[in-house]
Amino acid sequence: MPLTITEKILAAHTDRKEVTPGEIINVKVDLVLGNDITAPVAIQEFKKLGFTQVFDREKVVLVPDHFTPNKDIKSAEQALILKKFAQKYQITNYFEVGRMGIEHCLLPEQGLVGPGNLVIGADSHTCTYGALGAFSTGVGSTDLAAAMASGEIWLKVPSSLKFIYTGQLSPWVGGKDLILFTIGKIGVDGALYSAMEFTGPIIQQLPMADRFTMCNMAIEAGAKNGIIAPDEVSLAYLKGRIKKPYHIYQSDPGAKYAATFDFDVTLLEPQVAFPHSPENTRPVSAVGNVPIDQVIIGSCTNGRLEDLRLAAIILHNKKVHPYVRLIIIPGTQEIYRQALKEGLIEVFLAAEAVISTPTCGPCLGGHMGILAKGERAIATTNRNFIGRMGHPESEVYLANPAIAAASAILGRIAAPWEVS
Amino acid sequence: MELHGRVWKFGENIDTDLIIPARYLNVFEPLELAKHCMEDINPAFAREIQPGDIIVAGKNFGCGSSREHAPIALKAAGVSAIIAPSFARIFYRNAFNIGLPIFESPPAAEKIRAGDDIVINMASGVITNLTQNERYQTTPIPPFMQEIISAGGLINHIQRKKGEGK
Repeated sequence: MPLTITEKILAAHTDRKEVTPGEIINVKVDLVLGNDITAPVAIQEFKKLGFTQVFDREKVVLVPDHFTPNKDIKSAEQALILKKFAQKYQITNYFEVGRMGIEHCLLPEQGLVGPGNLVIGADSHTCTYGALGAFSTGVGSTDLAAAMASGEIWLKVPSSLKFIYTGQLSPWVGGKDLILFTIGKIGVDGALYSAMEFTGPIIQQLPMADRFTMCNMAIEAGAKNGIIAPDEVSLAYLKGRIKKPYHIYQSDPGAKYAATFDFDVTLLEPQVAFPHSPENTRPVSAVGNVPIDQVIIGSCTNGRLEDLRLAAIILHNKKVHPYVRLIIIPGTQEIYRQALKEGLIEVFLAAEAVISTPTCGPCLGGHMGILAKGERAIATTNRNFIGRMGHPESEVYLANPAIAAASAILGRIAAPWEVS
Repeated sequence: MELHGRVWKFGENIDTDLIIPARYLNVFEPLELAKHCMEDINPAFAREIQPGDIIVAGKNFGCGSSREHAPIALKAAGVSAIIAPSFARIFYRNAFNIGLPIFESPPAAEKIRAGDDIVINMASGVITNLTQNERYQTTPIPPFMQEIISAGGLINHIQRKKGEGK
């Protein structure tokens, strides 16, 4: 039977040759992940059950990235639970502040995820790693606790949706615009319970950073996972990085899809998602006059080096608007360092932006850039729900790093060509 | 097992940030989380909810983050069940894992009104609206899932089973 890449990876983690959408299967996991919000709950459950060891101390990853560097005493106590657990069970992949990065930027960078791997994480954006041809999905804390102990989890095999992108990308249009456009088309539950498989010539031309961005936001359409089949681009990214065995899978010709979407993106403009849903997308030319108070460039969606380079192109020899705060958050220490080497940090400082250590921080309204009542931000993050970045009466607009940078200069949502 | 309660209605795509804003996730004690449940969409909810009340909402309930704190907060606030046309998948898993039963039923979600008095029979999947004198059929909850719910979640269920084995 012809299978999709998602079905093949799932089947390979059972003792069976094939699996069918809708079936409940028990799978072995290659990696499990928790952070400073979700892992404390999982660790409490793990203890309650009286487990005395994790299934494999090299396959459990703990990243305190959400409220770190600890924003208050309570957050510090949550982060401490992770550290103590990591020490007690000798978890190899515990990343203390200083080595820590935003988890979904960090794990691929550290070579912890490879094609064909099966990863679960107690963070909804765990679907990011599909960009490397892995099956990865978000779960809650109880599932994390069980998987840390057993190395297994039950899953329902998702049906797959195929997205084919063709045409020619315009300047300043990238992965963020493709995924926002797609969510705008299918809605925030358009891929509920399903796998989103991104294909076509446009995807083959996309750099890794853009692929991570696309798979990262699959959850914003309700998907179980996003996935892109491995090719030269992803293999080049993995070279010298990946530290574990991996297996390359491709969807078979004739594999079954619940639906196929063909998008010719030749005329696609950069996209902006209006409050309070990622599906409220508009082309940047249709935004109108939207003054802003804050700009965030960073997050597991767009905190990679390529994103910072885009922002730097726009911000070079420019100043941030006098009444706007531009907060730039490199996704990992390595990205930070490389941005420093390339002179990007200098460009940002000269533009009067502020640079933060890696953290999820403002994306979820944690710290490092919270909005007051009535304030408005444009961000390269992934969610613009009510109250997401602060006061319930604040607003978040989502866009790519070039739009965010241009908006920081003009003090309103702006297109890159308005400043360069 | 029957659930009997008064209905609170919410719209479509109620995300986990609305259920429990991330600014309160520096703790995970259920009663602390319950104090802020639904605060950004209905500040009176946490104060006025009665134990056993039932939420009826629009499609894609629980979308967004994977925080198990969301169903934990709802349950600790007193919510006994949720009915919606569809649920976000991580929320679906989390709700059952912590022992909060949820039911997919488009007709029930559409017809039940705020304040209605309803009874859900988990084993038969029949939802009875005592206020409007209507019945809706939803998928019954299989016996092993009912056991998880009555134990108060998967972890307690496993603990209980371990205890029985001793």
